[in-house]
Amino acid sequence: MSALLFSTRRDFLAHSLQSAGVLTIGFHLPSNVLAQTPAAKRTSLDFNEVDGYFSIHADGRITLYCGKVDLGQGIRIAIPQMAAEELGIDVAKIQMIDGDTALTPNQGPTAGSSGIMRGGVQIRQAAATARQALIAMAATQLNIPVDSLDAIDGEVRPIGGGKGIAFQDLIGHQQFKLKIDNKAKLRNPNTYRYVGQGLPRPDVPAKVTGTHVYIQDFSLPGMLHARVIRPQNVGSRLISVDESSIKGFGNARVVRIEDFLAVVADDEWDAQRASVALKTQWSKEKNLVGNTGVRDWMRKGPFESTETLMKKGDIQQGFSQSTQRIQASYYWPVQSHASMGPSCSVADLSDGQQAIVWSASQATHRLRGIIARLMGIPNEKVRVIYMDGAGCYGMNGHDDASLDAALISKAIGKPVRVQWTRQDEHQWDPKGPPQLIDIEGGISAEGKIAAWKTVMFIPKATAQLPNIPLLGPQSAGINQPMGISTGLISQNGNPPYSTPHVEVSANWLKDAPLRPSNIRAPGKVANCFAVESFTDELSHLVGVDPLEFRLQGLSDARGIEIIQRTAKLIDWEKRTTLVAKRSGTQLKGRGMAYMHYKGNETYVGVAMEVVVNTQTGVIQVKRLACAHDCGLIINPDGTKAQVEGNLLQTLSRTLHEEVKFDLSQVTSSNWVNYPILTFHEVPELLIDLINRPYEPPLGAGEAAATPIPAALANAVFDACGLRMRTAPFTPQQFKMDWSKI
Amino acid sequence: MPSYQLIVNGQIKTVQVSDPQQPLLYALRNSLGLTGAKYGCGLGQCGACTVHINGRASQSCVVSVSQAANKRITTIEGLGTPEKPHPIQAAFIAEQAAQCGYCANGMVMTCAALLSQKPNASLEDAKSALKNNLCRCGTHHRIEKAVMRAKDEIKTRRSA
Repeated sequence: MSALLFSTRRDFLAHSLQSAGVLTIGFHLPSNVLAQTPAAKRTSLDFNEVDGYFSIHADGRITLYCGKVDLGQGIRIAIPQMAAEELGIDVAKIQMIDGDTALTPNQGPTAGSSGIMRGGVQIRQAAATARQALIAMAATQLNIPVDSLDAIDGEVRPIGGGKGIAFQDLIGHQQFKLKIDNKAKLRNPNTYRYVGQGLPRPDVPAKVTGTHVYIQDFSLPGMLHARVIRPQNVGSRLISVDESSIKGFGNARVVRIEDFLAVVADDEWDAQRASVALKTQWSKEKNLVGNTGVRDWMRKGPFESTETLMKKGDIQQGFSQSTQRIQASYYWPVQSHASMGPSCSVADLSDGQQAIVWSASQATHRLRGIIARLMGIPNEKVRVIYMDGAGCYGMNGHDDASLDAALISKAIGKPVRVQWTRQDEHQWDPKGPPQLIDIEGGISAEGKIAAWKTVMFIPKATAQLPNIPLLGPQSAGINQPMGISTGLISQNGNPPYSTPHVEVSANWLKDAPLRPSNIRAPGKVANCFAVESFTDELSHLVGVDPLEFRLQGLSDARGIEIIQRTAKLIDWEKRTTLVAKRSGTQLKGRGMAYMHYKGNETYVGVAMEVVVNTQTGVIQVKRLACAHDCGLIINPDGTKAQVEGNLLQTLSRTLHEEVKFDLSQVTSSNWVNYPILTFHEVPELLIDLINRPYEPPLGAGEAAATPIPAALANAVFDACGLRMRTAPFTPQQFKMDWSKI
Repeated sequence: MPSYQLIVNGQIKTVQVSDPQQPLLYALRNSLGLTGAKYGCGLGQCGACTVHINGRASQSCVVSVSQAANKRITTIEGLGTPEKPHPIQAAFIAEQAAQCGYCANGMVMTCAALLSQKPNASLEDAKSALKNNLCRCGTHHRIEKAVMRAKDEIKTRRSA
């Protein structure tokens, strides 16, 4: 296996060609690239260097090394489009390798909607730097000034016509040896040939024909299958294990490291059966608050601190000048990433000296450091190879599974595949944290927002935490820094509308009810739920149409356009009267919400039309409209797919999703007790993508998630006069709220 | 060890299992190397493991090898290839109807069975056929469009 651990690409590529036997065993790394590619002579993995990202091969093809990974969001085509554009080469000539720590520069985790906005932009600048260098080389060889040359179709040519020189003939087998030049000129968008095209993703044909190798499909020779037996209760200690209880399940045997417990077998089904049959005794623990107790727990603390996040004007003065004043509380529950495929990882630490780990982690480079630290192996002896897993939307159990596999592989001296079960995934994936948000607002005599105060009750992410404490090492008694990680959950707590007196503060909770992680659009889904629901409440208070009310408060031209285009998509009908509780069973309503993501990124407007059945409590979304402005669009079809995914996934989160748990354990363990959106609930989608070629490309992976809950709450209110402030909007929640008005 | 005959993608295969209750899914993936069908829940709730058994879409995580013995099993690998996709696969590619794609096996197999049984399937039929297939990435809309596209394509081919 040492063949797979190389510190340089050159060694790796050269060796891979010779030892293709190793690589044919489900090895997903572009064996098609490796089989055809002469050993690349590039050795830099520096994210500041051009050579970190590109190898130009003798036949003119280019390998692009990307530190961000494709989770299904389509950067395997979008980032090559950005690179092809700046280099001046057909995008079909570029093949991308993503996430492999031995081959790609560390561009940080694939999170925060940063794939294109940061990862792609870095690569685009590297490509522009490379083009500048190639043109300079050609200028010398051809004795033509650089201004008279351009890079087109893989060669540098005189603009006025005449013979050019191919990139590979210019760069030969040399490296660029250049830092990325941030002044290297980008092409004018009006000349774009690849950026802006809705090119298809390269991985879709294999994904729909069953030939794409996911981490779950990957195997190594001599590999054992493992199942990890998680503690019975959160925090349980392992008292005893009866290994004789799994006799007869093939060669299944127990691996125990303190409280970390697993079974391994040659055959996966034997491992699975043994994991169910294994008799264990765990200490009984009651460490949890229970999902029904979360709201009270959040209000009570203990708190680490109270922090003023934003202050404008004088809030007390604002309220004293207000003629009307209201307040409301909004609650967002604990949610799961609920990946379709339970987490899986393969690790080989069989010689104890080095680690090769195949993982679907969204942060392979970070994971590499974690493995090194927790397994006691030098960083340079650890390689993490990215392979697609089932979609995760922040951080699910993939990193945990990788450490599980590493622990077991080291213990038994063989390569190991760990497959979590459905129950493992639902119960043990790191969760989206709950949020409780109080808002108080005052309206001036002129009917404008005079004062706005947001008070959040949210878990405090531990400063400088190198990683979320991982389950396997924790059970195995391996020291790791404890703390919690949530993503940036306090943003967008302020109104995006002109308000003279604003105060936003957070009561930072010391802990979270279950181990949290960042889940898609961390915190901003709940914050937008609160802020945009409350905006609607204020508009109804003053008797102004919610659309009009929003437009009155906005001065940002892009924001105004988004709201107007959203309204147009849904044929917005003006509302001006405060709705009282309506009679009738099937009631129709409309609502909208707006988001300027993080206050400086993507603009989104969402509007929807719903039918509420007041007897059954079922809310059906009939039409769902979204206008979306993420600046320059690299691939419109990919962007649209991301927007669709944001809308539907968050509709699922808003209508259905709450992780249930008692005082001892998570009781949401499968798709029946943690239901998600089904086909019958999918509304008509109306999407308007606004392309701004002269603006920077922003993220599309998160922003459109955020306005969904508020738009839905506002539509339900419009339909029947009920203001839902507790998610999810299940029939039970609806009926409970409905009975109170 | 008991052995069973399975007719997989038109070929007779013999698999040996230590447990007759072993789900078909494990035999396909681990004994026969057909990893297109995915493990999603093992409970028959999500549809990621869907294959055709005697022409019907079935969840291979809750069908045992002994139950599947001597029946005709089609997996996604037997439906088409990237070079020669089945019309439903071609439609999924045309609509780019996959994000992470982990559910795609089940979506494709369920829709293929629907269209072979009901060539004039409506969108409502598709939604009903897919009621036990879950997608987490929110690709539903494209999957619906792909089914309708495939239906039209198959119809055009038949009339041609």
